Amino acid sequence: MLEIRDLNAFYGKLQVLWNVSLQVREGEIVAIVGSNGAGKTTLLHSILGLVRPASGSVTFLGRRIDGLPSYAIAEMGVTVVPEGGRVFPEMSVRENLEMGAYPHRAWERRKEALKYVYQLFPRLKERERQLARTLSGGERQMLAIGRALMSRPKLCLFDEPSYGLAPVMVKEIFEIIQKIREQGVTVLLVEQNVRRALEIADRAYVLENGRICMEGECAELLESDHIKKAYLGM
Amino acid sequence: MRLGKINPKKLWVPGATFVVLALLATLPLYASTYSVILLTSILMFVILALSWALFSAPTGYISLAPAAFFGVGIYTSAILGKQLPFPLVVSLGGLISFCLALLVGALTLRLRGIYFAMFTFGLVELIKHFWLWYEIQFTGTRGRFVVVVPHNTIYLAMFAVFVLLLLTTYLVRRSRLGLALRSIGECEEAAAHIGVNVNALKTVMFAVSAIFMGAAGSIIATRWTYVDPYIAFNPLYSFMAVLMALFGGLGHPYGPILGAAIFAYLEELLITRFPYYYMLIFGVVLIITVLYLPEGLIGLIGKIWRRVRGGHYAAA
Repeated sequence: MLEIRDLNAFYGKLQVLWNVSLQVREGEIVAIVGSNGAGKTTLLHSILGLVRPASGSVTFLGRRIDGLPSYAIAEMGVTVVPEGGRVFPEMSVRENLEMGAYPHRAWERRKEALKYVYQLFPRLKERERQLARTLSGGERQMLAIGRALMSRPKLCLFDEPSYGLAPVMVKEIFEIIQKIREQGVTVLLVEQNVRRALEIADRAYVLENGRICMEGECAELLESDHIKKAYLGM
Repeated sequence: MRLGKINPKKLWVPGATFVVLALLATLPLYASTYSVILLTSILMFVILALSWALFSAPTGYISLAPAAFFGVGIYTSAILGKQLPFPLVVSLGGLISFCLALLVGALTLRLRGIYFAMFTFGLVELIKHFWLWYEIQFTGTRGRFVVVVPHNTIYLAMFAVFVLLLLTTYLVRRSRLGLALRSIGECEEAAAHIGVNVNALKTVMFAVSAIFMGAAGSIIATRWTYVDPYIAFNPLYSFMAVLMALFGGLGHPYGPILGAAIFAYLEELLITRFPYYYMLIFGVVLIITVLYLPEGLIGLIGKIWRRVRGGHYAAA
C-alpha cells in the first residue's frame, strides 16, 4: 500500500534521513520506533508532503506522492493523528470532527462517519458542543483520532499517540488503534514507547540516527538483544 | 432541517435583521438628506469593518490592506466614472480590487503574523507613492475630479453592497469553507494535514473580502468629488476597519457591524463638537476595549445576556 524507497531528506543543511526504505501492506499495523531525534517525524512529514525529500520515492497505492501538496495526499486517503493531537482549540468537538471530513470524498458522507466516530468514542458524543480546549489530554487525543477517521482514510499515520498521556489512557488509545485496524484501516505508527508499539504492531522498523538499523516481525524484535538493551531497559 | 416546529426565540434575530434591512432600504423615502448622507458614511465603515472581518476574523491574519483596496476603488471611479454607467464602475472597482488582492495574497499569504500585517501596511504606502509618481509623470496633476452622483443613488449603492456582503458573510460562515478558514486560524498545520489547500483558500478569501472594499471606495469617491493619492490611499481607513471590527468583537458578524456603526456615528458627533479631540477620544476608547473587552461589544453583550438569563457565568 505504502512504499518508501531510498529516501534522503534534509532539515536545512543537515541530513536527517539516510536511504530509508520501508513498506506497509494493506491491513497491517507497522511501527516505526526510535529515540528522540532519530528522524521519525521527518519521515512522517515526507509521507504527508510537508517535507520534500531530496531523493528517493514515496508511493501510495501505486502512485508517486512525493512532491504532491499535502491536501492532495489527504484527498487520496492518507491521514494523520499529529503529535499532541493538534485539535482546533476554539472549535467545538463536533466542529473539529466535521473539519476532519473536509476532503471531498468524505464530506458528502460526514453524517455516517460522525455516527461511527461517536460509537467508537461515546465520550466525544457527550461533549459534542464543548470547545476542544476544555477537554482533557486523553479526550483531545480521542478527538484527534476521531477527526482523522472522519476523512475515511485508507492509511492512518499516528505520530507519538502516547506522548504525554497517563498510562491508563495510553492503554486505551492503543486498544483503539487495534480496533481501527479491524475496521480495515491500515496503520503506520510512530512511537517512542517501544514496548507498547511492538506489542500491538505486526512489523516494525527501528530508526537510529536517520537510518533504519533493524526491521522485522515484532515478536522477533522483542526477543532481540539490541532492542532489549537499548529500548526496553533489560 | 425540520420545518413545522419553529422556536420563536430563534426567530427574533433574523426577524430584527429583516426589519432593520427593510428600514434601511426605504430610508430615502422618509429620512432627511442629512440622515441619508450620515448613513452612507456609516454603511461605508460597516462594509470596511465587516469585509475585513470576513477574512481576518476566522484566519487570524491581520490585514492592514483595506485602504489599498478602498483606494483602488476610489481611483476606478475617478478614472472611469465619466465614461461608464455608475453600477458598472462600482462592479469594476470591486473586480480590480479582487484581482489585485489575488496577486498580493498569492505573494504574501505565506508570511505569518506581524510580517503579513507589515507587508499589507506597506502595500498601501507603495500604491500611494507609485500612483503619485504616475500622476505627476503622465498626467501632470496630482488630483482628479470625480463625477457627481445623487445622494440617494450613492446611499442605495452602498446599501446594496452591504447586503451582498452580509449575504456572503452568512454563506461563508455556514459552509465547509467557513469551517476551514477557522481551522486555518486555529492551527494552520493541522488544517493542511486534514486536506485543506491552505494557501489557495487564504488567497481567495482575501481577494473576496477586497471586492467589497473596492466597491465601497468607488461609491464614496463620487461624494468626495475630488481625490488625490493622499486622500484615496489613506492608511487611516485600514486602521479604522481593524479598530471598528475589534471594538465590536470578532466572535460574530454582528460585532464588526455594531462596532463600525457606533464608531462612525461617534465620529460624526465628535468631529462636530470636539474637532480637536476626537482622535484622542477614539484612542481612549480603543485602549479600554483592548484592556477590558477582549471579545468586544458583542462579547460583553453575550456576557450580560447570560447573566440576565441566570445561566452559567462565562469564564473570566
